[in-house]
Amino acid sequence: MEQGTIRLKTGLAEMLKGGVIMDVTTPEQAKIAEEAGACAVMALERVPADIRAAGGVARMADPTIVKKIMEVVSIPVMAKARIGHFVEARVLEALGVDYIDESEVLTPADDRYHIDKRDFTVPFVCGCRNLGEALRRIAEGAAMIRTKGEPGTGNVVEAVRHCRQVMDEIRMLCALPDAEVPNFAKECGAPLEICLAVRNEGRLPVVNFAAGGIATPADAALMMHLGCDGVFVGSGIFKSGDPAKRAKAIVQAVTNYKDYALLAEISRDLGEPMVGIEISSIPDAERMQERGW
Amino acid sequence: MVRPCVGVLALQGAFREHAAAVTRLGAEAREVRQLGHMDGIDAMIIPGGESTTMGKLLVELGMLDPLRQRIENGMPVYGSCAGLILLCREIENSTQPRLGVLDATVRRNAFGRQVDSFETELDLPELGLPPFPAVFIRAPVLTGVGSRVRVLAEVRGQAVAVRQDNVLATSFHPELTPDTRLHRYFLDMCGN
Repeated sequence: MEQGTIRLKTGLAEMLKGGVIMDVTTPEQAKIAEEAGACAVMALERVPADIRAAGGVARMADPTIVKKIMEVVSIPVMAKARIGHFVEARVLEALGVDYIDESEVLTPADDRYHIDKRDFTVPFVCGCRNLGEALRRIAEGAAMIRTKGEPGTGNVVEAVRHCRQVMDEIRMLCALPDAEVPNFAKECGAPLEICLAVRNEGRLPVVNFAAGGIATPADAALMMHLGCDGVFVGSGIFKSGDPAKRAKAIVQAVTNYKDYALLAEISRDLGEPMVGIEISSIPDAERMQERGW
Repeated sequence: MVRPCVGVLALQGAFREHAAAVTRLGAEAREVRQLGHMDGIDAMIIPGGESTTMGKLLVELGMLDPLRQRIENGMPVYGSCAGLILLCREIENSTQPRLGVLDATVRRNAFGRQVDSFETELDLPELGLPPFPAVFIRAPVLTGVGSRVRVLAEVRGQAVAVRQDNVLATSFHPELTPDTRLHRYFLDMCGN
């Protein structure tokens, strides 16, 4: 019997595909998310929009919050550790969370190294803005990838940009003559053997979700059309007027993202969406997507 | 039936892998996301994923009762992990929607959380030798089965693979390994 294998880690991500992972900060919110059909929840102390508003240093959530959320739902529970903070990650693993998000939403703890994720039994998901970043995280042991977007903005433009960037680079890598692949690997800063695996399969070797700015069922469906395997919704649900209804609509939108009549039906009367932020109004230093490398 | 059309329930979960497995074996795979997609399918696979998510979507999309009807009328069905849960009559400590066509009681997350997930080589006499590579991810087990249910494999004394006439169910994920014997076995159930 074997545990903590890469197949088990990537396998759980495969089971999440076509689903919605929702940020929750209380057991009550976790129940609402589960009831709405979330395939997993992300246990947090504050959603990204509130982290952005509060400023200061954002850290791993209090284990009490994570534990309480794990007790009330039967679906997988994820939690965030700071970039490079392998002790926060060990604490979350000891708590028994099902997935760790090494996340730019929290303040990075290491300015040079991400966590060596290969050494853990629990699987990790990491953010990326381009193919090189995705493949570096996979080389470190990430079993799932998500595009970063710009968290806590309710503005989908950055999620779209990062998703298109990754897909463009995959297409480019697949079209290159063999002789040019090593240089491609060097320039995007990713190991050659993982570049070759992507080239062979025509896709990332792990599941890729969209994240960072998804606020409506149409946003979620858009990301599925662009080739994502599922979506994370952070502030978009519990910062909106009717979280239960919106959550349920987003779950439906991800499953039937090509049925526009159905999307029209489920997009009706969802109440106020979260207030959005125009990206150009955010100073460079406050852009979460710039964290990590 | 020369080339069966196997529906793969694609509401959520690892449907792509199941579709790839049956396609490799020469069957036609069709993703089923709505009621209308069930027209013309000869069999159905319910993949691993999140059983509560799939159950709710089956209800909201009006698919739960029609699918149950098809299975009760003899359509072969195979459920892995979450699919097994949805097939069971009883789910411990849960009122979640289900098909309930398999006369068995299931315990969800029976081995624990993700850190307790495991891979093992499973004795599955129906598939012959060598043992079957079985991937258990937050897997369920059957804690009780009715008299019509044949247990095909066990882990720690509890059923993890069963068959009841046209219903096949496993708590593990053959779609995540290259071994296609279990999908072959299911296609044989489809009269192929």
